[in-house]
Amino acid sequence: MRLVRGERSALLVAPTGAGKTLAGFLPSLVFLAERNGPRSKKPVLHTLYISPLKALAVDIARNLEAPIAGIGLDVRVETRTGDTPSHKRTRQVSRPPDILLTTPEQLSLLIAHREAADLFAGLRCVILDELHALVTSKRGDLLSLAMARLHKLSPGLTAIGLSATVREPDELRRYLVPQTPSPLPPLADLVVVAGGARADLRMLDLGRPLPISGHTAWHSMEAIYDLIKQHRTTLVFVNTRLQAEYTFQELWRLNEDTLPIAIHHGSLDAGQRRRVEAAMAAGALRAIVCTATLDLGIDWGDVDLVVNVGAPKGASRIMQRIGRANHRMDEPSKAYLVPGNRFEMLECQAALDAVEEAAQDTPDAREGALDVLAQHVLGMACADAFDASDLYDEIVSAAPYAGLTWERFEQVVDYVATGGYALRAYERFAKILRGPDGLWRVRDARTAQAYRMNVGTIVEAARVKVRLGRSLRGKPGAVLPKTGRVLGEIEDEFAETLTPGDTFLFAGETLKFEGLAEDEALVTRAPPGTDPAIPSYAGSKFPLSTLLAARVRAIIADPFAWDRLPRPIGEYLLQQRRRSVLPGERDLLVETFPRGKRHYLTAFPFEGRLAHQTLGMLLTRRLERAGLRPLGFAANDYGIAIWMTRDVSERAAIDPGFMGELFGEDMLGDDLEAWLDESAMMKRTFRQCAVIAGLIERHHPGQKKTGRQVTISTDLIFDVLRKHEPGHLLLAAARQDAATGLLDVRRLGVMLERIQGRIIHRSLDRVSPLSVSVMLEIGRERVYGEGADEILAEAEAELLQEALA
Amino acid sequence: MSRGPHDGSPSPDTLEDALVAAGLRLEKTQKHPTITLAGEVLTLDLCGGLWLEAHRTLIVSDLHLEKGSSFAVRSGQFLPPYDTRETLACLHEAIVRHDPARVIALGDSFHDARGPERMEPGDRAMIAALQEGRDWVWIAGNHDAEVEEGVGGRYAEAMTLGGLVLRHEPGPAPAVGEIAGHLHPCGKVAARGRAVRRRCFVTDCQRLIMPALGAYAGGLNVRDKAFDAAFPKGFTAHLLGDGRVFAIGRAQLARD
Repeated sequence: MRLVRGERSALLVAPTGAGKTLAGFLPSLVFLAERNGPRSKKPVLHTLYISPLKALAVDIARNLEAPIAGIGLDVRVETRTGDTPSHKRTRQVSRPPDILLTTPEQLSLLIAHREAADLFAGLRCVILDELHALVTSKRGDLLSLAMARLHKLSPGLTAIGLSATVREPDELRRYLVPQTPSPLPPLADLVVVAGGARADLRMLDLGRPLPISGHTAWHSMEAIYDLIKQHRTTLVFVNTRLQAEYTFQELWRLNEDTLPIAIHHGSLDAGQRRRVEAAMAAGALRAIVCTATLDLGIDWGDVDLVVNVGAPKGASRIMQRIGRANHRMDEPSKAYLVPGNRFEMLECQAALDAVEEAAQDTPDAREGALDVLAQHVLGMACADAFDASDLYDEIVSAAPYAGLTWERFEQVVDYVATGGYALRAYERFAKILRGPDGLWRVRDARTAQAYRMNVGTIVEAARVKVRLGRSLRGKPGAVLPKTGRVLGEIEDEFAETLTPGDTFLFAGETLKFEGLAEDEALVTRAPPGTDPAIPSYAGSKFPLSTLLAARVRAIIADPFAWDRLPRPIGEYLLQQRRRSVLPGERDLLVETFPRGKRHYLTAFPFEGRLAHQTLGMLLTRRLERAGLRPLGFAANDYGIAIWMTRDVSERAAIDPGFMGELFGEDMLGDDLEAWLDESAMMKRTFRQCAVIAGLIERHHPGQKKTGRQVTISTDLIFDVLRKHEPGHLLLAAARQDAATGLLDVRRLGVMLERIQGRIIHRSLDRVSPLSVSVMLEIGRERVYGEGADEILAEAEAELLQEALA
Repeated sequence: MSRGPHDGSPSPDTLEDALVAAGLRLEKTQKHPTITLAGEVLTLDLCGGLWLEAHRTLIVSDLHLEKGSSFAVRSGQFLPPYDTRETLACLHEAIVRHDPARVIALGDSFHDARGPERMEPGDRAMIAALQEGRDWVWIAGNHDAEVEEGVGGRYAEAMTLGGLVLRHEPGPAPAVGEIAGHLHPCGKVAARGRAVRRRCFVTDCQRLIMPALGAYAGGLNVRDKAFDAAFPKGFTAHLLGDGRVFAIGRAQLARD
């Protein structure tokens, strides 16, 4: 009841479909209904609602209007998103509605407004929707800082967090209330809504063995199509854009009944995505093949089946996806997991068990990112003059920044002011200046404008538009551009690797790359029956979660658990036990064997692709130093394979400590440092930090690309900075990201610690059943071990051969 | 995937003959290969400079000194203010190695006309030390045409050296014996899902365009139209690799 009265901040945990969003608004509605007498002259913003998705905010506004009108309340509800016209934005600040629904980025802009103190002085309640999804990212860091400011502008404000079931609710409870330096961190109240109907979840079993490798689940397409036919509306979730394209194409190949089946992923043209969403809302579709873009989103009551193709990757993700079906308390959500290969069967079984036990794999609480903090500090200077020590106190009241030291904070302020370089080159141009009164102020309106253009933590990869051109008949090679429509966008990095004539899957078709014209990739339709030659482009790839990884290891280690698995996978594991060994739950299995003219080393840490790629890079360095001449490596979610010219089995036989040393924890010392310096992943990570922290300006959609010779490359900046000021704040920020992000260094560290003294090495005369799975990734995966010079040398050799001819 | 260095390559002897025949003297393992232009022998230095042993002259192009600070002035972006230092360190390394009697900077030595004023005293002293005992020529570029004093050396619009003509912007083709900069050539090689993009020299054995040396100088892909105009009959790009310079044919170079 105190929750209903809105007297205390609270975390409301409930399964999807329990109506928790409207419950969050209840205290506000009760208060606004009981508001005495007519409105005061000056409207006061009473409640803020923050959603990770713009569309969700708009949808909630619609859903609120019905009950408000129904009860006849005099309550004004409005949304504020990037699409809100500027006159309305201005009015929303001077005459705010009672309830405002918006996104974290818009909130950051609002608290940096000159009128922010007035606007939020009467704020009583903030509702944070899908909090579990927000807090795991830099967006969550930014929101936590905005919340700290709101708590300061309106002391006594209540915050209500809405969340799906999470592993550590206390982390979210801390997030909601201002933190103080006490041994017992302040917590918001916790309200748990039990239940909903138990999900009806199973693994799709075709009754025949699955391939050892591959993620497309091609063998299950007919079964998926049958499921779509048997249900009203189906959401088919996949893990990557490539998989979405592939699945969509295969389903349409089977679609003799021409069922309305659509595709939805982040690379498609926004207009097309909106059309698909609208058709779905209107109940006009029988199925959507989609990626994580539809993990969150507005309710579609008609969805009666969810199919998840490929590896589940994480228990929480699967639960979120299952929850998209039957958003009603009384009906069970129905879902199928469709494994693409034998390992994914293990992973599916682990996910089934986890869902059964409601086990969650939400990642650990974040340590607030420094680039986000830098952005916030500039924003606070835009709002009003600030006293550094007051702002520090406010910032450390945000849970992710509770551990921020004063020295680090000063470093951030210094960075915002002049770039924070030991060489004080930019004092004259300082963005924020400390006045004689000791307060920091923003330099000028241009700086404030630049802040507003830069706000937010989502850094889109540079992308190029994909435009469909038309081949000229009779003039092979000539393409008429500008006649076709834009199909969507692909990442610059993918476009860079294409050469004219390459074919790839996109927007449900096999396309032929014709070339780049200005900033567009020109494509034509490939002739029917063409197999796409370029196997993949990254799209989004989630690594296997720690929880599921541990469960997969446990299943493998326990033959009694195999009974629950489809029979072929049990046989496969038996074979592995006969030919090599099955590792225990905490062991690391390492196999070495010859194949062709090469020697292979495979290892199975089960720590996810990102950690394995990092491990592969570091191991190759060590093998190089040991004189074993490694040539390259491949990694997947379960293990890695490294190939080399020298006999690694022989070395391990001569030197029994070899494997232990190879996988030593000191790997994360100098080897890691040396590699980070040159890693393309690190440069990408740095670029994101540089954009978020405002070191370089963001490129906005529609802004004309000025050409590479004019824009400054962050790779060049990274190289110079690393060499001349390795302790710089932005390098620290990039390293902090590398620990959990693209390089997953932290997880690798935990693994190395786990396996010390627990390495089981088997020297085999040929590849084992387990090793086959990762060996099949070879050639499919990008090989990171190669230096630039090898690639240049190959191209040079072609010139030399031409000269000979 | 093999990265065996010499798999299937033809034997070096026949290669060398073929290359000489192609007017392209190049030794595969040589770190700094040489080419011949208008009768002059030019060494393509891995740092991005040209070394003319016969004239004891080092030519460098597009240093773009103080580019970082020009961003601070123009747009409030505080790039690490170490680009001048880094570029000069690279120049220093080449000068120490060759000990040239003459150094020619082929234009756009400063990113803008006020660049020299903004230089740190340490960087200024570094330039003075490099100039000590050498003939130092600043050729005018489009970015720094107005810089005419304050950083030592002498100034020129263009100059000749033996059979060579040195100027900042490439003139209309054919320009026999011309060495120019301005375009910041970069070559890109894509193979097996990976792309390598590097600064490069571009030449058709008639003229040569030099890579930019500046730490923050960007690059223009040699497949851009600008290079078609300069090399109507095609070209070879010499890409600056990690360990040596690589000669790559136009056909093997990808667009951006």
